[in-house]
Amino acid sequence: MPDSIQMFVDGAPITVSSACTVASAIAIAGRNCRTSVSGEPRGPLCGMGICFECRAMVNGKQHTRTCLILCEPAMEVVTT
Amino acid sequence: MSPGYDTLVVGSGPAGMAAAVSAAETGARVGLIDDNPRAGGQIWRASDKPGPQHGLASTWRSRLFSSSVTLLQGWSVFDQPVAKTLRAERQGLTSDFSYENLVLATGARERFLPFPGWTLPNVMGVGAMQAMVKGGLPVKGKRTVLAGSGPLLLAIAASLKAAGARVLCVCEQAGVSQLLPFAASLAMTPGKILEGLLYKASTWTVPYHAGSWIVEAVGDTQLRSVTLSIRGKKRQVDCDYLACAFHLVPNIELPAMLGCAIDNGAVAIDEFQKTSQPNIYCAGEPTGIGGVELSLVEGQIAGLAAAGQDAQARRLFAARTKLRRFSGRLAQAFALRPELKSLPRQDTILCRCEDVPFGAVSEHSSWRSAKLHTRCGMGPCQGRICGAATEFLLGWNADSTRPPVFPALVSSLMKSAHGDRATRYDTTTVT
Amino acid sequence: MSLRYDAIVLGAGIVGAACALELARGGLRVAVVERDAVGSGATAAGMGHIVAMDDSPAQFALTSYSQTLWAALAAELPPAVEYQRCGTIWVAADDDEMAEVQRKLLFYAARGIAAEVLDAQALADAEPNLKRPLAGGLLVTADAVLYPPTAAGYLLQEAKKLNAVLMLGRTVIEAGDGRVKLDHGSTLHSPIIINATGALAPDLMPGLAVRKRKGHLIITDRYPGYLRHQLVELGYLKSAHASTADSVAFNVQPRMTGQLLIGSSRQFDAEERGVDRAIVSRMIDRACDYMPGLASLSAIRVWSGFRAATPDKLPLIGPTDDPTLFLATGHEGLGITTSLATAKLLADQLLNREPAIPFGPYLPSRLASGQVTQSSPAMDAVHA
Repeated sequence: MPDSIQMFVDGAPITVSSACTVASAIAIAGRNCRTSVSGEPRGPLCGMGICFECRAMVNGKQHTRTCLILCEPAMEVVTT
Repeated sequence: MSPGYDTLVVGSGPAGMAAAVSAAETGARVGLIDDNPRAGGQIWRASDKPGPQHGLASTWRSRLFSSSVTLLQGWSVFDQPVAKTLRAERQGLTSDFSYENLVLATGARERFLPFPGWTLPNVMGVGAMQAMVKGGLPVKGKRTVLAGSGPLLLAIAASLKAAGARVLCVCEQAGVSQLLPFAASLAMTPGKILEGLLYKASTWTVPYHAGSWIVEAVGDTQLRSVTLSIRGKKRQVDCDYLACAFHLVPNIELPAMLGCAIDNGAVAIDEFQKTSQPNIYCAGEPTGIGGVELSLVEGQIAGLAAAGQDAQARRLFAARTKLRRFSGRLAQAFALRPELKSLPRQDTILCRCEDVPFGAVSEHSSWRSAKLHTRCGMGPCQGRICGAATEFLLGWNADSTRPPVFPALVSSLMKSAHGDRATRYDTTTVT
Repeated sequence: MSLRYDAIVLGAGIVGAACALELARGGLRVAVVERDAVGSGATAAGMGHIVAMDDSPAQFALTSYSQTLWAALAAELPPAVEYQRCGTIWVAADDDEMAEVQRKLLFYAARGIAAEVLDAQALADAEPNLKRPLAGGLLVTADAVLYPPTAAGYLLQEAKKLNAVLMLGRTVIEAGDGRVKLDHGSTLHSPIIINATGALAPDLMPGLAVRKRKGHLIITDRYPGYLRHQLVELGYLKSAHASTADSVAFNVQPRMTGQLLIGSSRQFDAEERGVDRAIVSRMIDRACDYMPGLASLSAIRVWSGFRAATPDKLPLIGPTDDPTLFLATGHEGLGITTSLATAKLLADQLLNREPAIPFGPYLPSRLASGQVTQSSPAMDAVHA
């Protein structure tokens, strides 16, 4: 049974498995990863780190491709 | 700075795994770099559960994990600061990896074509949907439509179904007459793919529509429904997810940046998978989209050749020839129909990084002109998504080979002279 | 398509575009010939910094004249040109450089350019991401930035409204004696041919005193609010570099997208295209000396380009020995700024109009006469 992790998406705590990517965690939290330059809500497109649509701030670092990052305990994710 | 590798392999999908394992089994010191958190590339994400790829994937995984290959997961290669060295970044840290021989197995990415509503959340690629599910996205009971083109559609539909998704239908743009010869030819291919398809056929209940494609995705903050053209008739389907992509495009950016000759959108190689650059090999999809089995064979040839085992490599040439015929049939079967060029409206966004509409881009006569004047291709994806689309929609050559191959920290662009000067600056602070 | 024109401009960079518009406004039937895309040469590669430069009286006259022309045009420029009067801050790292700040202040003040001295605190307030402590700086509010390719595009669009013809994807094989020979075989005719091909100008006129001066820039991802003004160092004062050696200088620009342009570098005898990692490394090092946080920004792209450099740092605007061939090139790092004034001065010469400033210092014939003087090496490394 995979370990479960508690982390924060836009300030709200959620619990996910340790095998979960941050992009999926954002979806589980009911959020979209980012807002585009013209104001559209956006989520992952390619799932493999190429399209940059899944970007969010992870532990203070902007423009992080969340589909490439596994969730970690107490991780803070902020969508735009 | 890590000590040098005899053979450094970039990309841990089938080709990369095969190259790394083959080279390591000759006794060479091998490193395998990949920017995803786990080895396996894209196609083998589906393979933890029994299914078409499971056997192949677990065989190669076992060989990889029991080999002496140094696994470097999560590193994104973006530059070559000096000869025989690649620079990569991993969550704010930069490192240089030096090598004697380099095998580029950078795989392929899905081809996305714009259509109204394609930017809505929960519209994503086909392999992408699989990657998201593998990465923890809950899809149980979620109504999912798959559309686009390519053998992935069926494979992923099966996989999503197994994960509990309600797969409503699969729309393949290629017409039946285009697909039949390919389906018939599968019988001639010593492939696990055929076994897998037959394995699933008996339990298949999902409608599969050839000659059908996506027309529009509709929703507000998320996808709510899609309009499909099914054999000429429009049909609206309410759904939670749309997995849509039009086959694959080789990832040739790193090879191109390293100076490898590119021929017709693929990396040019000789019989030993050697590129035009000394000591650089290329295997798998970047040499031409050809599927898993071909990638495995090419990877082995490249790994063996890089380790100087030409005779052993030669023994795989016949298998490669046969599999290349398959890849030719693949390309023919899933060739894109011209109707797809009329999918985007003038105001449909083409460049998603910069929100540039199709109408603005199509006024220009070249990729460079469009880029300079509309900002299309100037975002962080560096034109990977919109470039592939404009190649099909407008016939342009959308090349992009300047460093960094992926966005990298400013500090990572510095040349490390004595010690790692890139770490002089604290790259982990909040900006 | 006609083959005869009143004027043919070679090169659709910002200088060529400005010339085309000015001559079209003067009633001439103009053709512009460009081998690639509009603004795809140095116009695409450089920073679009519009700056009044004080390294020599002639340089100042040209740049400030042109700056006022841009300011007058500002209201008409479409959003894609991203014109913004964000101002320049010349950054002083120590007391010696603060003395230079005072000198600049007096120079500008005497010529009606508004400038304000910032002490260390005021500088930190104006640009919080600069390292502390720095000595201070000079804020020049009239300076502006824009995105050059779309600016060139706008000028050409206006020229086309006056029936100018734009020929893209056409390479010029030969030009002179009233004829412009194109790569696909046709020849255009005109009594006025203007070579505005930038660093490539010597290809059409062997022996022309224009050299390629390579530069590099980095563009980051979007960080809105990180930087508010164009920042340029005064540090060159301490540099032991001769004016022709490889050099780097701190020079960063905020784009309206929130992206940052990081520069600058200068190299002669570096004629290969492609990014020179060694000098980019030095450039980043220099930039991070002033703004350490730049190190952790995400860089989307690095590129290089060639400025067109002349021996005395002033452009070539005017006639050559061939009565049909004229020059509008050699702008080094000030092509964007001085494009409009270049066009005016050239048109003044061609149409016999009274110029707003004397065009003598920019005449190509000055180089042949041996009257060339070196401008201050000081300003050399500074502007991108």
